[in-house]
Amino acid sequence: MRKRLYLLLFVGLFLVLSYNIMQMPGKSTVDAPAYNDTTEHYLNESIEETGAINVVGAILADYRAFDTLGETIVLFTSIVAVASILKVADQKKKEDDHE
Amino acid sequence: MNDIIIKSITRLIIPFIQLYGVYIILHGHVSPGGGFAGGAMIGTSLVLYTLVFGIDKSKQKFSHRVSEYAESGGILLYVSLGLIGIVITGSFLTNIEAGFPIGNPGSVLSGGMIPLLMVGIGIKVASTFITLFHTLIEEEVV
Amino acid sequence: MVLLNVIIIVFLILCAIAVEKTKDLLSAVVILSAYTLMMSVLWLILHTPDVALTEAAIGAGVTCILFIAVIMRTERYER
Repeated sequence: MRKRLYLLLFVGLFLVLSYNIMQMPGKSTVDAPAYNDTTEHYLNESIEETGAINVVGAILADYRAFDTLGETIVLFTSIVAVASILKVADQKKKEDDHE
Repeated sequence: MNDIIIKSITRLIIPFIQLYGVYIILHGHVSPGGGFAGGAMIGTSLVLYTLVFGIDKSKQKFSHRVSEYAESGGILLYVSLGLIGIVITGSFLTNIEAGFPIGNPGSVLSGGMIPLLMVGIGIKVASTFITLFHTLIEEEVV
Repeated sequence: MVLLNVIIIVFLILCAIAVEKTKDLLSAVVILSAYTLMMSVLWLILHTPDVALTEAAIGAGVTCILFIAVIMRTERYER
């Protein structure tokens, strides 16, 4: 009984989401909600404002440079976490072997 | 791994992978790519070296001291380039207003501080991958 | 072009189901690597070559190797 309820729920969700995907504007059209003033500004002015002809690079390293700094800090934190866990475990194992 | 074919092919192919990674990093502002993709390629080539020639030989090439300097150096390069902007104009990570030369758009020497930031990100990503891999397999393969 | 899209997306769905069903973690990692490679082809069709480059290098290369290193330190089979 419960299994059938879940199945019905998921089929309904699938149908709703599929209907919504059909209603979306096609990729790289003017109707897409991502196409607004910001896009136009980046596409028109980025060469004058940054000097880089790759707009993605200009956004990554100039307009959104704080974001990239955060991503770099995430990498640094991950390596600190892995080193602090694994090095401590290895040292404990060595001390146990000595005793 | 004691296989003559794998060793010869690896020795042949690693310089080309690293050259392509450096190309992707340095052309991050004129063609698709950038610090993350190029740094991942360089890190992958170093991981390939570790897999084929063993952890001991790889430790001689890329020791803990080198990885410490690379880890801190990449992020310090990034932050110090931002501090140049804070000294000159008063806001963090400014490009053209801080006096970085804009160059001729489309050539490699253009874009102000963008190529330098890409170099910093590339060093950081490459050293992160190789240090993670070394730390994970270090004690197990002895 | 639409046919290629459909083939790739069906392959992705099958890979995602297979990763969940596999008990051998090493096989799951290899299937995940194939998934990521197909995903990078899909990014290329969507006109984002930089994401495709990063996905092919990080997803198919580094993530696979790091997962295998973790499996080497722990256990191979799911309990």
